[in-house]
Amino acid sequence: MTDRKSPKTTIRQMPEPSRRAFMAGSAAMTAALFAPKTLFAADYPTEAVNTTGLAVTDDTVTIGILHSVTGTMAISETGSVQAEKLAIEQINAQGGILGRKIEYIQEDGASDWPTFAEKSRKLLVNDKVASVMGCWTSASRKAVLPVFEQFNGMLYYPTFYEGLEQSPNVIYTGQEATQQIIAGLDWVSETKGAKTFYLLGSDYIWPRTSNKIARKHIENFLDGAKVVGEDYYPLGHTQFNSVINKIRLRKPDVIYAIVVGGSNVAFYKQLKAAGIDMTKEAPLVLTISVTEDEIRGIGGENIDGAYACMKYFQSLDSPNNIAFVQAFKDMYGEDMVIGDVTQAAYLGPWLWKAAVEKAGSFDVDKVREAQIGVELTNAPEGYVKVHENHHLWSKTRVGLAKADGQYEVVFETADLVEPDPFPEGYQ
Amino acid sequence: MFSDYTMNELGAIFAMQGFAGLILFSVFVLMALGLAIIFGQMGVINMAHGEFMILGAYVTYLTSNLFADYLPSVFGLYFFVAMILAFIASGALGLFVEWVMIRHLYKRPLDTLLATWGLSLILQQVYRSVFGAREVGVSIPDWMMGSLPMTDMIEVPINGIFVMVLATGISLAVYFMMYRSSWGLQVRAISQNRMMADAVGINTAWTDRLTFGIGCGVAGVAGSAFTMIGSTGPTAGQLYIVDTFLVVVFGGAASLLGTIASAFSISQAQSIMEFFLSGSMAKVLTLLTVVGILMIRPQGLFTLKLRK
Amino acid sequence: MESSSNRLFSARDLIGFAVLIAIIFVVLPIALDGFRLNLFGKYLTYAFVAVGLVLCWGMGGILSLGQGVFFGLGGYCMAMFLKLEASTPENTSIQSTPGIPDFMDWNQLTALPAWWEPFNSLFITLIAVILVPVVFAFIIGVAMFRRRVGGVYFAIITQAFAAILTILIIGQQGFTGGVNGITDLRTLKGWDIRSEEAKEILYFVNGGLLIVCLVIAQYVRKSKLGRLLIAMRDQEDRVRFSGYDVASFKIFIFCLGAAFAAVGGAMFTLQVGFMSPTLVGIVPSIEMVIFCAVGGRLSILGAVYGALLVNWAKTSLSESFPELWLLGLGGLFIAVVMVFPNGLAGVYAEHVEPRLMALLGKSKAAAPDSAANETPAE
Repeated sequence: MTDRKSPKTTIRQMPEPSRRAFMAGSAAMTAALFAPKTLFAADYPTEAVNTTGLAVTDDTVTIGILHSVTGTMAISETGSVQAEKLAIEQINAQGGILGRKIEYIQEDGASDWPTFAEKSRKLLVNDKVASVMGCWTSASRKAVLPVFEQFNGMLYYPTFYEGLEQSPNVIYTGQEATQQIIAGLDWVSETKGAKTFYLLGSDYIWPRTSNKIARKHIENFLDGAKVVGEDYYPLGHTQFNSVINKIRLRKPDVIYAIVVGGSNVAFYKQLKAAGIDMTKEAPLVLTISVTEDEIRGIGGENIDGAYACMKYFQSLDSPNNIAFVQAFKDMYGEDMVIGDVTQAAYLGPWLWKAAVEKAGSFDVDKVREAQIGVELTNAPEGYVKVHENHHLWSKTRVGLAKADGQYEVVFETADLVEPDPFPEGYQ
Repeated sequence: MFSDYTMNELGAIFAMQGFAGLILFSVFVLMALGLAIIFGQMGVINMAHGEFMILGAYVTYLTSNLFADYLPSVFGLYFFVAMILAFIASGALGLFVEWVMIRHLYKRPLDTLLATWGLSLILQQVYRSVFGAREVGVSIPDWMMGSLPMTDMIEVPINGIFVMVLATGISLAVYFMMYRSSWGLQVRAISQNRMMADAVGINTAWTDRLTFGIGCGVAGVAGSAFTMIGSTGPTAGQLYIVDTFLVVVFGGAASLLGTIASAFSISQAQSIMEFFLSGSMAKVLTLLTVVGILMIRPQGLFTLKLRK
Repeated sequence: MESSSNRLFSARDLIGFAVLIAIIFVVLPIALDGFRLNLFGKYLTYAFVAVGLVLCWGMGGILSLGQGVFFGLGGYCMAMFLKLEASTPENTSIQSTPGIPDFMDWNQLTALPAWWEPFNSLFITLIAVILVPVVFAFIIGVAMFRRRVGGVYFAIITQAFAAILTILIIGQQGFTGGVNGITDLRTLKGWDIRSEEAKEILYFVNGGLLIVCLVIAQYVRKSKLGRLLIAMRDQEDRVRFSGYDVASFKIFIFCLGAAFAAVGGAMFTLQVGFMSPTLVGIVPSIEMVIFCAVGGRLSILGAVYGALLVNWAKTSLSESFPELWLLGLGGLFIAVVMVFPNGLAGVYAEHVEPRLMALLGKSKAAAPDSAANETPAE
């Protein structure tokens, strides 16, 4: 959808979602979430803030949103699109960036990697967007990466992912693998005394790389712990009874599950039906792939008692998060749930705004330079800061899944965890 | 790999693995029966088969919500109502599709493939617009989730038993309709010689429509049952399509018994290989074996007559 | 068939070819900017597959739902060469084993697998682009056609091959790049394929190759083989009883279709800059059949227009109404089967051409050489 929201319509006609968003934006302001700075476009003449021909006018700036709204990945990416639009509306309600309203052009990646590449080219070459919020799977990011590097675009990528990458044209607002894995394994080893692990995953790069890091950490850093099994199933696989039997035979203390998509639903339902009561923690289920979003499909009662290792849970009890959750629900309905990636996607526009204002320019090179060290003190997940490797410093948290579909936070790291996309000793 | 375990444990595991294989077998039978009727008897390739299943799953979802809101006292029984409604909904859609589309294409079987593929795209988008892109969580009555402990080691999933009973029941029902009812006689007559069947006064148009509708209805029931073990989303139907077609073709298209035999052999092969190999390799090897056998014996396991 | 069928091109064919050449080489490059031209270049790579399908399906009655396999094999062969060239020790110095493709390094491979070695040579790669898919098609063809497997069975078995190859590529990610595919391809013998000029040149190379394939297809169509194929499609047994080796003809045409698809795949890799398993699977394979069906399953030129039209519609529909484009595509599938079984070519032959002729003041050719007037294949 070439969905250009004109600032005029936003203000004068107040279509329903925009008004809600406006209210949401006001709510955010009253909660002093992101202290609005009053910047006027007149102080930032277009020819000065935009020297590279981006889509910036005297009162608007255009960015791209590139996610799948059709195809198999639409299930996961819908939340990201919603969060990004919410952030944009809130920023506009506060007066925009450098006095300019954000307009967005949304493109559909259709869960198809060549389409992602094609659309990113369109956004950068034809639409000359100032930045792009987008992608979800690693495959889509890998497909668009050469395009962003060739045309010097800026991509804000929200998903937790396998690491092994650090592009000057991408800001990774999700966790790379070590940030998500290591603290969780340490926690399960220290507080639950886990010694044996069964690694399970969908068959593609993120679960395989994550399990590789998990295996190295278990074998080299956890005292006397070992991996007793490792299995991968094709994406979309729906029959897990055989592997559940294998798990029974090996009797691991922990099932470390990185199953994704529709397979997730099948796996947890069949695990429960096989008589493995997760609340008894024998074995304990620890996952890094199930957010609140996925639980909606799985059903809270089917995953009750499992642990997830993330940086964000909807249940986080902080004023920032409560205001964010409320704004999200005001805009999209009370029954919405917010997962880790959705929150990370929400950070994208805010991080970009902070960098643009710090640089006093929309030029990608200047934004890139300014982006390093940018901090958000009141993000829903708490304080975050951009590392010079383009990833975020953020905390790791462990949540216990409850039957109502929410996580109860049972652990969080004391300090921010440093992002390390190329971890030494884990290769 | 077994040296570390006691005989007792091994026995239990093999028993449970046997059950796992049987459950997979039942799942395959449920998936394939509807298609076996449509493809085997009518020669129509219904690529939207998975979407008819998902319609059944969505009907189950709606029914569960209705029961939770209005009849919470009998929530534990809603599943039976849901399966009947799923049969009716998918069957009705099947009748409609046959009337609008399929009946014009009986002489062009490969074209039914394209048209039903288009239909599957449309249905996916309709599901997405109506129910949202996200998967919906179908709450299953508590008595259906969980397991029956047979011994200390052996536990059998209740939903597995449910699927097995359902598969047996539907197979028997289809068998009786096919081989013991006058409708079945007519269907088989048409599949063997349409012109002659027409000539002896069988209402072929109506029989065709009913056959297609019943095949779709059975798919709907299967989809309803699969809410217990799988996901319900707009594109979930596509996960089943290749397996389903292979089961039917491997069995020999016109033979119901063949479909069941082929579901049995494929499910056992896959289940056993999954236990000893990684999941992905097991899948590839199963598919390759099936395709390999089909190359040597293209008519499938069972066949009523040699096809041209 | 009419009298002119002995010549390679009738006057009508010549006009058709000339119009297509004008569109590909003159109209599109003038009308479109670099970005859109590259997009149309991508669409044209699917036209290779569609032309192959006209021969196999429209004329031969062999519906393959696994053309994505051949498209993918060709594309992957090309991508392997480009990836090796991009993975110089300098470019990959950050890896634990510099000099091998990045995804191998991520999967703990420490040396290039032996079967990758030949793809260091462009010459061998270009041969492999054609040979690997053709050999694969030959094996399938011998196994299936010698046993007289056809029609629906053949369609479903080729579909299973597409599923198998996809799972295999995704599962063996250390060797194939897995679900990400082989990405970040940069240069061909030092020539930067990402630059605007390169994309433009590749577009013309692509167009040229397509015309070559079309001429080959036209030759097959006009040869005795072409007429035998149609005879086989309609009455296979009679052709067999006449003493012809039906299976060999089918194997040949299936291999030719595979070769066309492979060239398309290789050109896709060059123009898009990566190859991924999403182009190998069942969904793209079936979409390729619809390109052919929309264009007219009996018309090789129609297939090109079909590929262009469907993809262009897909791109523009998904730009304007991303939530609705599946409905449009689904409707197109049904419409082309129910209402226009001969696709664009049929519509042209039935409605446009007579009026055009009337307009030009000519009487309609006595016996039109239009395959589109024949009954649709089963």
